Amino acid sequence: MSRIIMLNRRQVLRGAGALLAAPAILRATRASAQDAVFKIGYVSPNTGPIAGFAEADAFILDGVRKAFAGLTNNGKPVSVEIITKDSQSSSNRAAEVATELIEKDGVNMLLASASPDTANPVADQAELNEIPCITSVTPWQPYFFGRNGDPASGFSWTYHFFWGLEDVIANFLAIWDQSGVAKSIGGLFPNDADGNAWGDAKLGMPTPLSEAGYALVDPGRYQVMNADFSSQIAAFKKAGCKIVTGNMIPPDFATFWSQAGQQGFRPKVVTIGKALLFPSVIESLGERGDGLTSEIWWSPSHPFTSSLTGESAKEIADGYMAATGKQWTQPIGFNHALFEVAADVIRRADDLSDPQSVVDTLAATDMQSIVGPISWKGGPLNPVRNVVRTPLVGGQWQKTGDRFELVITNNSQAPSIPVGGELKLLS
Amino acid sequence: MEWINIIVQGILVGGLYALFATGLSLIFGVMRLVNIAHGDLIIAAAYLAYTVIQLTGLHPLASLVVVLPLSALFGYGLQLAVLNRTLDKGILPPLLVTFGLSIIIQNFLLETFSADSRRLNAGAIEISSFSLMPGLDIGYVPLLTFACAVAVVWGLQYLFYHSPMGRSFRAVSDDPEVSQLMGLNNRTVYAAAMALSMVVVAIAGVLLAIRSNFDPFMGPGRLIFGFEAVIIGGLGNLWGTLAGGVILGVAQAVGAQIDPGWQLLAGHIVFLLILAVRPQGLFPKGVA
Repeated sequence: MSRIIMLNRRQVLRGAGALLAAPAILRATRASAQDAVFKIGYVSPNTGPIAGFAEADAFILDGVRKAFAGLTNNGKPVSVEIITKDSQSSSNRAAEVATELIEKDGVNMLLASASPDTANPVADQAELNEIPCITSVTPWQPYFFGRNGDPASGFSWTYHFFWGLEDVIANFLAIWDQSGVAKSIGGLFPNDADGNAWGDAKLGMPTPLSEAGYALVDPGRYQVMNADFSSQIAAFKKAGCKIVTGNMIPPDFATFWSQAGQQGFRPKVVTIGKALLFPSVIESLGERGDGLTSEIWWSPSHPFTSSLTGESAKEIADGYMAATGKQWTQPIGFNHALFEVAADVIRRADDLSDPQSVVDTLAATDMQSIVGPISWKGGPLNPVRNVVRTPLVGGQWQKTGDRFELVITNNSQAPSIPVGGELKLLS
Repeated sequence: MEWINIIVQGILVGGLYALFATGLSLIFGVMRLVNIAHGDLIIAAAYLAYTVIQLTGLHPLASLVVVLPLSALFGYGLQLAVLNRTLDKGILPPLLVTFGLSIIIQNFLLETFSADSRRLNAGAIEISSFSLMPGLDIGYVPLLTFACAVAVVWGLQYLFYHSPMGRSFRAVSDDPEVSQLMGLNNRTVYAAAMALSMVVVAIAGVLLAIRSNFDPFMGPGRLIFGFEAVIIGGLGNLWGTLAGGVILGVAQAVGAQIDPGWQLLAGHIVFLLILAVRPQGLFPKGVA
């Protein structure tokens, strides 16, 4: 008590000055430590309802860590440390681990993947804390507008690559035009971020569909984990729908699809976003999985190679299947590409210890990756400043032998990606 | 015609909700235990059936021959080893322990089976149906589910009122202390009740897994319908639980017909209305 009273004005000022200077000193020591190590924080949903998106992460990281061993910057070897965190498929958890990566681990760069629930909060934390950040596996509209992005100014620290709603709509329309069936469509859109965006009268599917001459029957938004689709099926039957589309989670689609069978609704083409991405889901549908159509963001037949390992898309997919015994999945390419971009930035950056220099390098990226060209320099592939659109094609699950293969049946939106087969009608 | 179809489909879905709820109702009736892990146990039973089918190649319904006894055994052990220790200590410990159990089961399933969504493939029966009249098709699986719900409730009701085991259930439920004085070992009676509840859980799990995909995290979503059905029907009354499930199913179907966005809301509103007007439920215990 008495000591505090004894403090005079000079002592107080000296103390305050030291306190103010402390962050600068701490920052300087942290910076010098960074010369040796470049830390990357990687957030993905390893557990939770959408854990399928990160299922291949262990395999991807294994390859990436090996390839990172030889990285150099300004002629000097860089040792890269990758710290992974699980978002548990929850946006709260994703924000929490991103903060932890920034504050506790002192990462120099953040990567995040799979769905707006993980990518958006991580990007928000990065923007706030001025850490360069790259995200993917989220359609760009929910990423950009979901974070209140302003197309005029964009974001300063956060960059994204994936396709957008316009791509998925164009592909779905191409599949249906190709099928030649009557232009009457039933729409199934849940009451979640994706369903509301897809079903939105202005920005979603309804307008382009009616412009293309399709009649859309949209009974309205249902709650996810729905146990009963009888009312939708009745509405589709009444309108004579030949095509069904929407954005669903796998359990909801499975319920809808078996009820449709029970209640005598037999559409000719079923094209659903999100639900039909993973082979395990199609297998679980049994015979009724054959012939369903979906968007394809990446496949072993994409004519791209990794800038990091030099492997082709096919080699990576084969490597995954050999290592795990499981069929390839689409996120493999995109999660791999995140590290490709990171490696590219590490090679080119002027000063890895300076976040501004790193993010400037990131913004000037112009490279070929396993998912196609990535460049944020401004061009037809950049709908807004921070977003690159990657090519998207349409395809169908077809049974070959005893397993289902995702076959590209329509490449009108990305002709460089070869078609693997013909579209078959369901009934 | 449309409305008849919607209501019939709603009743059939109600059968599934009733199956979710019956096990819950049984446990609450006998030992006043609110089992938060009930939904996860349903999913765990579905995974057990999945494993059995993978190993033996049995039809999902035939797999019940193996799944039912295993589930009963698990329930018996769970009650003796864990849940009995939480009883008689107030309302909180059982809630906390079953909540913990729920998290453990979810993550155990995730570790063992990964996050892939699975389904039990029942073959042609899955999508086959018969037409009652034009515009009204009834699927065999929903009909079977409803029939199972009725059979389970009838069976439990018979067991409760016409067997020594049922008498001991009622005795420990009415007055655990006196029943102990009369020579009943409450702990094994509780364990038997949990075993029985797990049998119902296994039936619900297998039927759910034929009807729809399942993944390790689906349990809590199923639990809420179970709770609502129990409360609508009246605590501890099994026929009431069946009625509760049907009311919930029909309310949701009617809501969905008006607008799919109202499907769950309609169910919740009916639940809240009944809770507000008749907090003891429509058919509270005591109606033998």
